[in-house]
Amino acid sequence: MKKIIENLGYKFILYEVEYQRKNLTFVTVDKENTVQLLAYLRDYEGFKHFVLMTAVDWIEDGLFQITYILNNPKKKIDLAIRTKILREKAKMTTAHHLWNQVATYQRELKEMFGIDFPGSPRVNESFILEGWDNIPPMRRDFDTKKYAEETYFPRLGRGTNDPSEYMKQKLYPNE
Amino acid sequence: MSKQHWLNIGYDRSKYPETGGDGNLIVDKESQKFVKVWQGPNHPGVTGNMSVELTISGDEIVEAKTHVGYLHRGFEKLFERRKFIQVFPTCIRMCVAEPDYNEYNLAASIEELGGIEVPEVAQWLRTLVLEMARLQTLLRVVPGQGGTTGLGIGVQWGVYLRDLILDRFEELTGGRVYHMYIIPGGVRGLLPAGFKKRMLDNLSKIDEFVQNIDNVMYSNAVFKKRTVGIGYIDPAWVNSFGIVGPNARAAGFKRDVRKDYPYLKYPELDFDPYTATESDIYTRSRVRWHDLQITVDLIRQILDKMPDDGQIRAETPNVLHWKIPKGETYVRAESSRGEYGFYVVSDGTEYPRRINLRGPSYTHAVSLLEHLLIGANIADVANIMVSLQTCPPEIER
Repeated sequence: MKKIIENLGYKFILYEVEYQRKNLTFVTVDKENTVQLLAYLRDYEGFKHFVLMTAVDWIEDGLFQITYILNNPKKKIDLAIRTKILREKAKMTTAHHLWNQVATYQRELKEMFGIDFPGSPRVNESFILEGWDNIPPMRRDFDTKKYAEETYFPRLGRGTNDPSEYMKQKLYPNE
Repeated sequence: MSKQHWLNIGYDRSKYPETGGDGNLIVDKESQKFVKVWQGPNHPGVTGNMSVELTISGDEIVEAKTHVGYLHRGFEKLFERRKFIQVFPTCIRMCVAEPDYNEYNLAASIEELGGIEVPEVAQWLRTLVLEMARLQTLLRVVPGQGGTTGLGIGVQWGVYLRDLILDRFEELTGGRVYHMYIIPGGVRGLLPAGFKKRMLDNLSKIDEFVQNIDNVMYSNAVFKKRTVGIGYIDPAWVNSFGIVGPNARAAGFKRDVRKDYPYLKYPELDFDPYTATESDIYTRSRVRWHDLQITVDLIRQILDKMPDDGQIRAETPNVLHWKIPKGETYVRAESSRGEYGFYVVSDGTEYPRRINLRGPSYTHAVSLLEHLLIGANIADVANIMVSLQTCPPEIER
């Protein structure tokens, strides 16, 4: 793995390199170089299996971290590529042309985090939510408790009872 | 894409859409030649709460779109508000069929980030529970393939035998479907007295079932006619679509997380993942039938090799106040559907920053299914979906 990272260092600027396990390494790269790096890893370094793609909201820094995890099935190693983009008007280069399932991930990230991937197929179609008019729900500033309290109000005609008092009334009303 | 369906060979295809220069079918929806049919969400041939929007020409599918979201409960959002230990009862719901892989992946991620070493006996017990989870799933899925072609008897046998395995789960963990047996640092308990004997009795019944299902289902002429040569996955798609597990092994790729990225006690067990090359519905089902036998054998090996007593849990900080050191990791295990992984990010607090599930169905049931259904007959949709063994909750988390 160290040799691959060393080779990558000649071609791309790698900011943080973390050897998490013998077969798992995390690297951080610029937003502009990310898709190029993914293509290079797929075509020249044997990282043919796309494991996942997701985002992490670092709201305190005003950044989204996008993580791509790639796997080299022959060498049996994983490389996670991290890139950070601004939360405001979040936009990232699409990678749907590299693996077929990437378009689905990008569609989900658009819906859940509000990160746009211009040019990605069906990226504006809703994936899980239908008719959602609030801020993207996976953002840290989306308050689930507040949303639930505002949306799911108590139903009329429903009441609560103290269980012991209720059972006493039911079973031994005269005692 | 442009592959002609075998049913249509020799027939007049002038009414069907032509293939364009990019290899895709030219579907002019305004021409009124096409009909939209929704398969699901309420349909016996749909694997769980999802649906497929089909555009059909005659009885041939020209376009397919997967729709999910019917059981979205926002698990990954909920995790952000829970301490690591409180994530366990929620995360197991991300796959009802095999909840134990969620427990294992989360526990293993916490242990890796927190620097905890799991005791020997706990590792054996975890291996046993994960194999039992695979076994009870395969007992549903293997005969379930016959169910989509109208062969119900195998399903009834499978349900009975699965119930016996759920009995073993109940006596070991207290729960039949959701177990919460694997916890950070180890497991919750040792095997109850007499467990091994009862388990071995159950396994011998499953041996008979394996033979019977071979005679009744895999040798059945109707089943073969409905499954052989249908739902073909091109080996070239395995990498380009991220296909894993039995679906990849049926296409000739010997990929099994248990062998490739050994975890728990798998390196001490003797097994060889089964692969085939035909890559149709029949072969994928057959691979699962072999997987079932491998699992039965693995459980026998585990029961034979594991120690009877010992420490089952490592010392951990108080789980309610445990601040997991800042870091990220990705932990995977081989579920019955293939690679099942957790990407966990900790910011150094008691709460996870992000937990993301990588489930095999995310690609199998969306991008792959949408691609695979084109050119298929509408009657084969259920069969193809079941052969991919999709599980919708892991798509929408």
